[in-house]
Amino acid sequence: MIPGQKQLSNLEELLEGVWKQNPVFVMVLGMCPTLAVSVSAMNAVSMGLATTFVLVGSTFLVSLLRNVIPKEVRIATYIVIIATFVTVVDYLIQAISLAVYDALGAFIQLIVVNCIILGRAEAHASKNPPLRSVLNALGMGAGFTVGLFALGGVREILGAGKLFGFSLFGPDFQPWVVMVLPPGGFFVLGAWLLLFNWLNSRKTDAAPAKPAEGHAHV
Amino acid sequence: MSEAVLPPVTPSGAMIRTLGLVATVCGVLIVTAYEGTLDAVNANKKIALERAVFKVIPGAAKVDEYVATATGIQPAGAAIPEGAVKFYAAYDQAGGLKGIAAEGAAKGYADTVRVMYAYDPAKQAVTGLGVVSMRETPGIGDKIYTDEAFLKNFEALDVQLSSDMKALANAVKVVKHGTKQNAWEIDAISGATVTSKAVGRGINESARKLLPLLVPNLEKLKTAPSPNAQSAVSPPFIKGGEGGFSTVSITHTLTHLSQNPPQPPLSPPGGIEKGWRWQAHLAEEVTS
Repeated sequence: MIPGQKQLSNLEELLEGVWKQNPVFVMVLGMCPTLAVSVSAMNAVSMGLATTFVLVGSTFLVSLLRNVIPKEVRIATYIVIIATFVTVVDYLIQAISLAVYDALGAFIQLIVVNCIILGRAEAHASKNPPLRSVLNALGMGAGFTVGLFALGGVREILGAGKLFGFSLFGPDFQPWVVMVLPPGGFFVLGAWLLLFNWLNSRKTDAAPAKPAEGHAHV
Repeated sequence: MSEAVLPPVTPSGAMIRTLGLVATVCGVLIVTAYEGTLDAVNANKKIALERAVFKVIPGAAKVDEYVATATGIQPAGAAIPEGAVKFYAAYDQAGGLKGIAAEGAAKGYADTVRVMYAYDPAKQAVTGLGVVSMRETPGIGDKIYTDEAFLKNFEALDVQLSSDMKALANAVKVVKHGTKQNAWEIDAISGATVTSKAVGRGINESARKLLPLLVPNLEKLKTAPSPNAQSAVSPPFIKGGEGGFSTVSITHTLTHLSQNPPQPPLSPPGGIEKGWRWQAHLAEEVTS
């Protein structure tokens, strides 16, 4: 997961998480909130933004303190920092919209155990200066948000005939309810992973030594 | 693993220092966020609550929170006393009591179903139902707020008290779809029986506890007909929860004062809340 010795440019650092190492479609991390919260586009985007906030805040702080944190207590320190930002985002969401807060439920607090965040703190922020860490976190957060939106949007369109609460097909549409139920999350995620792996394998066909990356993690 | 072999072992002082530093920084961040968002969060909660109450009591203009205890009713303070039941009194523009709303909760199919119901003191019946929160199956369980036929149950659901005012005359019961015979029965949604039953149980539990405490004290909630008090209520004053409550209770105190001059001073030693409790006792004496 760690980007090798080769130094990436700032832009590449930012785009790393959006495409090449997309947390949802390539690394397949943070599946629990991904599947549970993506019943509607609104929930998905709110969750994505909340996670991005926590990612950026915690990687920034971890990166600032990276030379002070003894390696014996690094995990404890990271978790305290991450939990802090989760608490902050919890308050912020309550202040912005109680409807969103109720819809996301326990999954806001559960951001603290989202492996994307601890993964970024451990694998990236603890080894890179603040600017690069924040860029990387922003990219990862964006990638996660896009991934959640890809699921939430499809599920809401198929399962409720709406997008962001606006009716798309008029009153005669018979919603495909299973899509907003838990199984629908797996169907849609499976379809997206299929698409991404197909795209990846098509790209790597020229270099057959490297098969599709996604498989190993699923 | 092999700490003994590794030469550079971090001294515990450094670890404690780092952890202390991080904990301090984090503590400050959390407190800042809490303080910064407190007002907005409370405002949001109030709006959400008012919306829920207005939905079940159409025509209401303001809502006050109260608790009913064994000794009477009083405005809800920060701490809710043991055994108290919370409810909401909704008033119309002129300050007259429009209805009572309360929350009921019971375990549904997936999670607790929390509903808000309106109680009409004149009809002694539940006259409206709203869902506060639920996680029931979309398309099935959510019929409890979309199904017209089901909502018809709550236009006049009988919850009158038995003659000794200690319990409901008839417990609210959810019956199989199409077999409703009595005014206190709820016709379940076919296919969503578990969720329907949760709604019925939630209302029954809450009404069973609340109504025996509330009904003997209903008079306290009706805003006094004194025109002075009403004109003294300016719109911004109505808005705030605190302000709204004190208007009502001061009015009551005044009316009582005029009826029983020597009894309590205008602001009793225990404050307005004491005054309320005292009134509640009076009411009990009158009714018993």
